[in-house]
Amino acid sequence: MKTFQLKAKILAQTKIKGNCWHCELNAPQVARSSLPGQFINIRVGDNLDPFLRRPISIHSVSGTKASILYEVVGKATEILTQKKKGDFLDVIGPLGSGFNYPKPKTQNPKPILVAGGMGVAPLIFLAGKLTEVESKKSKVKTLVLIGAKSKEHLLCVQEFKKLGCAVKIATDDGSAGFKGKVSDLLKYLLSTIDYRLSTIYACGPKPMLKAVADISNERQISAQLSLEEHMSCGIGACLGCVVKTKDGLKRACKEGPVFLAKDLVW
Amino acid sequence: MKTNLSVELGKLKLNNPVMVASGTFGYAEEFRDFMDLKKLGAIVTKTITLKPRKGNPSPRTCETTGGMLNSIGLENPGLENFIKDKLPFLKKLSIPIIISVASEEEPEEFLELVSRLNKIAEVAAIELNISCPNVQGKDGLIAQDPESTYRIVQEVRKITDKTLITKLSPNVTSIGKVAKSAEEAGSDAVSLINTLSGMSIDVQRRKPKIASGVAGLSGPAIRPVAVRMVWEVFKKVKIPIIGMGGIMDADSALEFIIVGASAVSVGTANFINPKTSLEILSGLKEYLIRNKITEIKELIGSLKV
Ligand SMILES: Cc1cc2nc3c(=O)[nH]c(=O)nc-3n(C[C@H](O)[C@H](O)[C@H](O)COP(=O)(O)OP(=O)(O)OC[C@H]3O[C@@H](n4cnc5c(N)ncnc54)[C@H](O)[C@@H]3O)c2cc1C
Ligand SMILES: Cc1cc2nc3c(=O)[nH]c(=O)nc-3n(C[C@H](O)[C@H](O)[C@H](O)COP(=O)(O)O)c2cc1C
Ligand code: FES
Repeated sequence: MKTFQLKAKILAQTKIKGNCWHCELNAPQVARSSLPGQFINIRVGDNLDPFLRRPISIHSVSGTKASILYEVVGKATEILTQKKKGDFLDVIGPLGSGFNYPKPKTQNPKPILVAGGMGVAPLIFLAGKLTEVESKKSKVKTLVLIGAKSKEHLLCVQEFKKLGCAVKIATDDGSAGFKGKVSDLLKYLLSTIDYRLSTIYACGPKPMLKAVADISNERQISAQLSLEEHMSCGIGACLGCVVKTKDGLKRACKEGPVFLAKDLVW
Repeated sequence: MKTNLSVELGKLKLNNPVMVASGTFGYAEEFRDFMDLKKLGAIVTKTITLKPRKGNPSPRTCETTGGMLNSIGLENPGLENFIKDKLPFLKKLSIPIIISVASEEEPEEFLELVSRLNKIAEVAAIELNISCPNVQGKDGLIAQDPESTYRIVQEVRKITDKTLITKLSPNVTSIGKVAKSAEEAGSDAVSLINTLSGMSIDVQRRKPKIASGVAGLSGPAIRPVAVRMVWEVFKKVKIPIIGMGGIMDADSALEFIIVGASAVSVGTANFINPKTSLEILSGLKEYLIRNKITEIKELIGSLKV
């Protein structure tokens, strides 16, 4: 698959809530070839500070447009919020290998999506693809578990519902849904359902992914995890982003960011 | 106006002086979507060791002001896997391919690496990486000691007719002395600089940002140091110099050429903009035209002092 470097025009830039922003880009080549779980590598300015590009997941695509959902955590993401409609961003993508999901007309594997914090970003794109399969095939709904610090930090709940997913919520402080970690909610739910044939797709902070990996490995449920590693090049050249797997080191930006839980060595 | 950008590294002729630096261009495949690789002056591969190498623990890189630190630790598939899996793509490019090699434990590994590469016609040159700050031998880096440098270059020289490039470390008191040793031992060219030894700290956790602690600094932050070192080496040796360290654009490449580099290598900039090297190439042509210079060679070491 081909990767592109292009100047993407910002079509819209909206603050969602708190520190979270949604940005829509005109990026035809990227939009047309992106798969859920892939990412773009953005240069937020022409000067040397910040120096490196920043990897951000592809949140959704539509026609020639690709959008991202991002949280302000430091310099580059802060600068990104100052970019306005009509400005251009130097973007490389689509990068990495995304989620492996069933194509239309194949058997529905009862997907369970687990998102922690900003982890919702790539999972919306995936949910869109999964629900496409469902509407054609069966009554089984894609189940989405969303975890956040508190009610105010929850993201994309309505978007998942609009796609036809069943949504369950976990908050650390119990201000909405299950009180506790989203991985604990997953564990609880798995004790109530027949999870054979299920596939788990997860994205979020490392401790959450580790917990999801333990849970799925224990029950021998297939799980695909999207890892966030520090990246310098994003195109497989620097070997800065490697992840330990049973089959040796793999580059998160190339062979990842999505890995099978059963292959990872923590 | 017709310009001539060709330069020579010993007996190796390059169509133009713009190369890409070891470890920053993978095995070139990674860049095929972004540029016409055949336009490069030469490609230097990621350093290869005799056996496959896992490299250092993560995190391996972090951003710094105007640059980055890395401690990859020479992760590579090893010589035989490289020849089997990576070299075929490089061979097809029909431009000079320079293989960077390093020893892990014993300097003798260089001899084994070189004798195997000797047999491959498409290998245009061999770069001896005796200066990786992330793989310290028992007695520090070979490139930190003029005598060790002399010894290893001389041994390798005895067994190969291929163009031999010695890559020097900036982590020394006198880089000129080490360059001189490499020249006297028969190196056809020297390349400099490898990364500067550095550290960066996460103050909240009071831990180094890079797992291995000390790492190598690269990028525009090191450019003035690199330019000064090329100038020092240029005054000391007669063999060609490949200059690198923070080259981001045509002007920064020209700095190196003017102080004495016959060719330049683009490193970290490849991560920021994968097309940097070819943009530099067009920038060099424009500079020649603007200044009515026909041969880029006229610029080498043309510093007015
Ligand atoms: C494949 C991939 C996909 C990503 N997708 C998204 C996304 O869709 N939305 C989003 O908001 N973010 C995403 N990220 C994380 C994003 O890249 C970082 O938040 C961003 O680089 C921070 O840049 P900064 O300059 O604002 O912060 P910096 O100043 O670089 O860092 C600020 C703080 O954030 C931490 N941080 C920086 N980068 C990361 C990282 N990669 N992982 C964990 N912590 C980090 C630093 O340790 C530091 O404490 C993704 C990362 C990867 C690797
Ligand atoms: C991520 C990374 C990996 C590198 N790996 C190697 C290597 O394997 N062998 C080598 O000789 N130099 C290696 N280098 C050093 C570069 O080739 C170059 O000498 C140095 O980065 C200075 O140039 P720059 O500032 O343009 O990057 C590496 C540099 C970086 C940033
Ligand atoms: S970020 Fe450079 S290899 Fe993955």
